[in-house]
Amino acid sequence: MAQRSRKTPNNKGRFGNYGGRYVPETVVYALDELEECFHTIRTEKKFKSELRDFQTSYIGRPTPLYYAERFSEHLGGVSIYFKREDLNHTGAHKINNTVGQILLARHMGKRRIIAETGAGQHGLATATVCARFGMECVVYMGAEDIKRQAPNVDKMRLLGAEVIPVTSGSQTLKDATSEALRDWVTNVRSTFYIIGSVVGPHPYPMIVREFQSVIGKETKRQCKQLWGGLPNSIVACVGGGSNAIGIFNAFKNDSSVELIGVEAAGLGLRSGKHAATLTQGKPGVLHGSYSYLMYDKNGQVILPHSVSAGLDYPGVGPEHSYLHDIGRVEYESVTDRQALRAFKIVSQLEGIIPALETAHALAYLIKARNRFHRNQRVVVCFSGRGDKDMGIIKEQEEMS
Amino acid sequence: MTNRIRSQLQNLGNTKLLVPFFTAGYPDISTSLEYVRVAVDSGADIVELGMPFSDPLADGPLIQYSSHLALKNGVDLLQILDGVKQLRVNVDVPIVLMGYYNPIWSYGEERFLRDASSAGVDGLIIPDLPVDEAKSYCANIRNNDLSAVFLVAPTSSLTRIELIDKNSTDLVYAVTVTGVTGARTEFGRATDKYLTRLAAMLNKPFVAGFGVSSPQSARHLCRYANGVVIGSKLVSLIRDSRTTRASFTNVGQFLSKVRRAL
Repeated sequence: MAQRSRKTPNNKGRFGNYGGRYVPETVVYALDELEECFHTIRTEKKFKSELRDFQTSYIGRPTPLYYAERFSEHLGGVSIYFKREDLNHTGAHKINNTVGQILLARHMGKRRIIAETGAGQHGLATATVCARFGMECVVYMGAEDIKRQAPNVDKMRLLGAEVIPVTSGSQTLKDATSEALRDWVTNVRSTFYIIGSVVGPHPYPMIVREFQSVIGKETKRQCKQLWGGLPNSIVACVGGGSNAIGIFNAFKNDSSVELIGVEAAGLGLRSGKHAATLTQGKPGVLHGSYSYLMYDKNGQVILPHSVSAGLDYPGVGPEHSYLHDIGRVEYESVTDRQALRAFKIVSQLEGIIPALETAHALAYLIKARNRFHRNQRVVVCFSGRGDKDMGIIKEQEEMS
Repeated sequence: MTNRIRSQLQNLGNTKLLVPFFTAGYPDISTSLEYVRVAVDSGADIVELGMPFSDPLADGPLIQYSSHLALKNGVDLLQILDGVKQLRVNVDVPIVLMGYYNPIWSYGEERFLRDASSAGVDGLIIPDLPVDEAKSYCANIRNNDLSAVFLVAPTSSLTRIELIDKNSTDLVYAVTVTGVTGARTEFGRATDKYLTRLAAMLNKPFVAGFGVSSPQSARHLCRYANGVVIGSKLVSLIRDSRTTRASFTNVGQFLSKVRRAL
């Protein structure tokens, strides 16, 4: 049975054993400064109302909780609800976080913003708020991801961001993050690093959780309005894990609510080509925190694989590692093929095209359909829309 | 036996330390060990050996490049420790290993420090393990008579400079500029001011590194520091040499020039 979570992170930035600050000395002061700023302004009335205004009139919140009637029927009668983060401005949950962090950047007097991006959704959300606040924006993106998520690259450039292709390593999110960190180490005095997920050194996992937790708060309220209670289960995809933490956070202490995170099993768990960090990895240190990680017997990070650029990451946020170990969240995985199938099924049954990341959460419902019963209500965090993925879908169809 | 760094520093006087860095396993393990001998013959006081990592986030393009090739050659920590053991047959300079935390964590922190010590390693530098996260590490360092070298940066607060000074066993490593490793040509007035402050504040000797690429810049930094670390520049010398034999000559000549300048 679920335990009641202790207050996390502690003052050393730890969720249980996980988290911390494994970073070069050069940026430690910036993390201290950021943490202090965050604690100062998060409770300020002015900040709170400004954030709320942006959430309402810029992002378009609250996002609906939609009853997916035909998908529910397809699964045999369990009631499935989509928390429609795809309807946010820029098409995913990522903007919840970038709006919050850009307000912090402005408060700290930083004028140059950097970000890493995988699928391009976080890059796009960062480029968007930079345009809105008139700030310089540099986005690091793996060369491989630039190819497979081209529409987002064009949008970022249109918005005035400089998109820098990263050609080291696997040329995906892991390497984009390393490169963004190198930029930050170099330009730390002038630059604010907007990290896109609940990863990285403390206080980032805590800050990103705070700004994403609006998803779960709204969901809880909407469930109450719709049926006067809580859902039986909540399902969300997990790469770094920000949409999942965003929706789980409000329900962590409701022990009756099952929380399920879905990772990318890529070509299959046994193939070695996947991104199922919590299912297959072990604790280690990458990109500033101690958390589950995929690495070989020599401690070298393994190149992950997922058809979804947003899940193609060998690490995971430290709070997920903690929630995994205490058993509060159950982590499952689905393959590329299962996700692609769910992508099509949901598009055709509901007229809503999910992002390939979201399609992993949806695919789990199909895969585990027998687990859910007719009288149960399951909420899926519909983290983003799939417009950006049309190129990949076409490519996959040509291949098969 | 006392730690070689400690005995080295006790007899330091006004000598400035020349600390070359080589990536273990670049271009291959035996050649990289040979550079250590070349460096010693050219006047190196301490030699730093880089343990390659797949994601070296404090390193610039050159050390990323050498690390990548070393990993492609299949180098791992066991081979590096074995290499140090081989060197110890006839090399007596202090040897410091530099590397990221995950491979060490994966090997087992305690076990690694014990094995490193018995292989003849004297100290360690871990750029992604700041003092705040280093409690068990420091204890293991002490138990194995090793020397922990922590990095201090231009952005370190006064409190942190003290903390770094206190936690470093014998020697502090001053990162000259905000940034990753890699050659720069000049150091500005801000660097001078920062190094002056360090010289006044630190109780322990310190070497300056990141971007030292010429005898002139090495000499300049040694107005404040007790020595310099040279890494990326050596990687580029090795990369640009036509043959392995030429690379020995080039590395040797360059280090001799720096030695004379100090």
